[in-house]
Amino acid sequence: MHAARQFVPKIKMLVILLGMLTVAHAAVALDSLPQFQDSEKQQLYDQLIRELRCLVCQNQNLMDSNADLATDLRRKTHEMVGQGQEYDQIVDFMVNRYGNFVLYRPPVNPATFALWGLPFACLVLVALIVAHYFRRQATASEVILSTESLHQANRLLGESDPES
Amino acid sequence: MKLRTVIPFVVFCLLAVFLTIGLNLDPRKVPSPFIGNPAPEFSLPVLQSGHTISLQDFKGKVWLLNVWASWCAACRDEHHLLNTLARENIVDIVGLNYKDAESDAVNWLAELGNPYTKVLVDRTGDAAINYGVYGVPETFVIDDRGIIQFKHIGPLTPDVLGQEILPRIHNLQNPND
Repeated sequence: MHAARQFVPKIKMLVILLGMLTVAHAAVALDSLPQFQDSEKQQLYDQLIRELRCLVCQNQNLMDSNADLATDLRRKTHEMVGQGQEYDQIVDFMVNRYGNFVLYRPPVNPATFALWGLPFACLVLVALIVAHYFRRQATASEVILSTESLHQANRLLGESDPES
Repeated sequence: MKLRTVIPFVVFCLLAVFLTIGLNLDPRKVPSPFIGNPAPEFSLPVLQSGHTISLQDFKGKVWLLNVWASWCAACRDEHHLLNTLARENIVDIVGLNYKDAESDAVNWLAELGNPYTKVLVDRTGDAAINYGVYGVPETFVIDDRGIIQFKHIGPLTPDVLGQEILPRIHNLQNPND
């Protein structure tokens, strides 16, 4: 009985602690910017801050970064989404100021052909090598021995040559 | 030599060359899309004065725009260079005080000297966003038509000043040389 009584508060404590974790998570959820009433706008905003790079901490997007600049750019993005601007308009705004580097998903243009094309080129190259390898294997196994070589092989293996 | 042994060697060499180039690139140097393009418009209050000033007020002469803040340690490093440049009276240096408290900015200039002909105040950082600023200090060379000719990110050094900025200013001020 004594043990059970001690056990209950532990469970309670665990529930409370887990509950605090979710609150903490909500509290970390970015800035004091209000959620959009319009779910489409909220989606657009969430998408943009995932796809735009923070230029101060270059391996983080705007959502993950807590640099001052990221905060400002989130505010700017929020403001533009609030004004009803489209995805392309906001991305153009950022690219015009920070260059394509601000995009985590670089655009396809002559400067990035190599970037986008090389993985596919590598894939084709590997496919060719694999195809070549299998073709060689196939022909290798199809080698048919001449009757004479067969006799010779049999003799070497010490088996009785059926024709001798 | 057999092709079989040559190919891995060639691939290795190619990789080594690319990696060496990659290691020597500075990822902090983001090419600015502004070079050769008109400077973004602004209308900003001038530090410790009642009036605002806009880009139009700078048309007709070559000038430097230096983005700084009192909380920025690297700004302190470059400040003596700006003071020296200001004393030589070659070019107008305009400060853009970025996300700073007015009293901090004023104290900073009183302590270290004021090389700026004017200090614009960008409390929110919006004007700096329009200029694509991401690492203070940043310095822009803007020509008489309001075109951005050069941008330096990070503290100015004697090398950058002597090799990149001063020659450009000279060429822009004396187009017929």
